[in-house]
Amino acid sequence: MLMNSDLIVFLVLAIVSIATALGMVFSRNAVYSALFLVLNFVTVAVFYLLLGAPFIAMSQITVYAGAIMVLFLFVIMLLGADSISSTSDLPWQKPLAFTLALVLVVESIYLIVSRAQMDRVITEPDASINTLENLREMAMTLYSQYLLPFEITSILLLVAMVGAIVLTKQEKVGQGS
Amino acid sequence: MNSVPVDYYVLLSAILFTIGAMGVLIRRNPLIIFMSIELMLNAANLVFVAYASVFESFSGQIFVFFVIAVAAAEVAVGLALIVQIFKAKKNINIDELNSLKG
Repeated sequence: MLMNSDLIVFLVLAIVSIATALGMVFSRNAVYSALFLVLNFVTVAVFYLLLGAPFIAMSQITVYAGAIMVLFLFVIMLLGADSISSTSDLPWQKPLAFTLALVLVVESIYLIVSRAQMDRVITEPDASINTLENLREMAMTLYSQYLLPFEITSILLLVAMVGAIVLTKQEKVGQGS
Repeated sequence: MNSVPVDYYVLLSAILFTIGAMGVLIRRNPLIIFMSIELMLNAANLVFVAYASVFESFSGQIFVFFVIAVAAAEVAVGLALIVQIFKAKKNINIDELNSLKG
């Protein structure tokens, strides 16, 4: 296959994202894990830009790399849980998990490669899919075809917010009767 | 011609998903397990956006938008649970959280 500029960008980013994912899983310190995951989210956001989805890329940066990971770092530092000893009651569990993960990745690569449809390619997004156009189309689809799921999502976020507050509320001991 | 076969994106997503699943299986820290789940959600999102781009449809992108919203809600509740468990037991090693064991 001929190398073109999009393919080179894709391959470099793919290596970075796989390396950061592995770094996230294998870091001893939970803070390093969180920072690796932030880098992984940023590379995925660049993939979204390559795929012609600028709005999703920006949501990824603000919501995932921004809000969610800050929450994670906050909780890690609040609990002081940056390094938990990795002694386990089940010594055979780790090698077994490694083996199963390896089997899973080999299987999925085999299936995907054997059924590859190389004619389906993602071409460079042309000028008609610029950011404003993408936003307008997204908004039209979201507020017409997907209006009900959108409203349900807002209720879900409200429930999550109330749930988080209720869960972390200090219980007044000895007041109930 | 600038183009990337969509199968490359599916492959990358499969690898990222497997790394996330492995993280859930081998780590003992519930926060890292949580992060691995986020990684798996991201891998799924990548395939959604890749195929949305192939079929020039916006439904895939909308679905990713919903997944991001649900992930945010999930993280808020999950981290609240972890904080409460830590307050109650002073420890969040996943092996010792077996109060429900009969």
